[in-house]
Amino acid sequence: MNQSPEPTTILRFTAAERWTHRTLGILMGVLLITAAVLYLPGASAVIGYRPLMRNTHIIAGFLLPIPIIVACFFWAFRQDLRRLNRFSPNDWKWLRTRKRRNGEIPVGKFNAGQKLNSAFVLGSIIVLLGTGLVMYFNRFFPDDIRTGSTFVHDWLAILVAIATAGHMWMAYGDATARKGMLTGSVPVEWAEKEHDEWANEVRS
Amino acid sequence: MAIPVAVQPSMCSHSGMEEPKEAQLAPRGAPVGRRIVLGMIGLGALGIVFGRTASQAVNSTVATAAPGLSGVLPGTGGFRIYTVTNGYPEYNADKYRLTVTGLVSTPLSLSLADLTELPQTGMTKDFQCVTGWRVDDVPWSGVLLSDVLNAAGADLTAEALRFTSFDGAYTESLTMEQGLRPDILVATTMFGQPLAEEHGAPVRLYVAPMYGYKSLKWLSGIEVGQKVVPGYWEERGYAVDAWVGESNGMTDEPIT
Repeated sequence: MNQSPEPTTILRFTAAERWTHRTLGILMGVLLITAAVLYLPGASAVIGYRPLMRNTHIIAGFLLPIPIIVACFFWAFRQDLRRLNRFSPNDWKWLRTRKRRNGEIPVGKFNAGQKLNSAFVLGSIIVLLGTGLVMYFNRFFPDDIRTGSTFVHDWLAILVAIATAGHMWMAYGDATARKGMLTGSVPVEWAEKEHDEWANEVRS
Repeated sequence: MAIPVAVQPSMCSHSGMEEPKEAQLAPRGAPVGRRIVLGMIGLGALGIVFGRTASQAVNSTVATAAPGLSGVLPGTGGFRIYTVTNGYPEYNADKYRLTVTGLVSTPLSLSLADLTELPQTGMTKDFQCVTGWRVDDVPWSGVLLSDVLNAAGADLTAEALRFTSFDGAYTESLTMEQGLRPDILVATTMFGQPLAEEHGAPVRLYVAPMYGYKSLKWLSGIEVGQKVVPGYWEERGYAVDAWVGESNGMTDEPIT
């Protein structure tokens, strides 16, 4: 019914979504680097400057929820949250099989790995923010709560560093996906290959 | 199109079917993302409550099973290493001097050899950091601060002691009354070994009854004066009289 030529690219991320990702990424980078200097004995030795690193880490930590809160005022971001939240039976199948990339299992705007990653990152931000607040306002908390918070903060941070490295590795391997996050649009062929269900949805 | 559970590959091509906009937005599948986030918050809360026990278990396991990991994992060696300047300050063991100046009858400039000739004292006591971690039963040895002060003929009626580090930034303070206590050491060894670089080699202060920031690392100067000058961390909000469990709003068990 549509006689006009097929578009060659489709919109994947609006400006609001891209800026949310960008600011979160920069803040996460600052937090992970300063965290490494603060807590990894080897990095403390090479770099040091504890008060500067500490203050930078604390400021970046307090800023971290702001891009997420601002993004919630944008419809496109809320739609993404909804999509990331819901797991279909296909998502479970996708996670279980090694042939997940051959296109047999339909994939929506986000694949199951991206859904898991985003849930993990959001959960981590909330827990790290909570434990970080206990560490910052330590005089209002008893010792065992402070020690427990430090423990959770340290070890979760290591998991977040691993997840972030994995996220960057996947992005490194897919230039089109990176371009999608940079410019907002992706070629139709890429969408049909990686996110076929979403490609159909957008064009229908 | 809205609820494809087992879609055939052919259905994935452009079908041209029109669906109402709402159908795309209706919830599909279980809210697993939300469950993960809530689960993590729950685990985080459990971790906060049981973290003290867990961290002791993890630290001792890493220390015995894989001591090499202590260098890369946070807090697993027991100690966390804090520096206030860029890296560890360098020193030359032959040229190192600890100066004792101010209200003293004999200003001293002690080499490492001079320090070993003063009376040696050992003690096994905990190290408690103001940020919450504690290392139990650390064997320390060196020269009692009071012995160093006596060797210099310090005016024991003076009010204050000021300590400086050859890292160029770290300073600390004690009152004379505190400095004469028998649990304050000019330490040269830890765990029976010469102090490691990260613990303040070659000489550091060990102020047993106070929080770790009072135990200045890379010690190079002791000055006897009449007025307590707040040290590096004290200028940044920490208590000058840093008794463990009775300062900085903390209730840790005192170190005796």
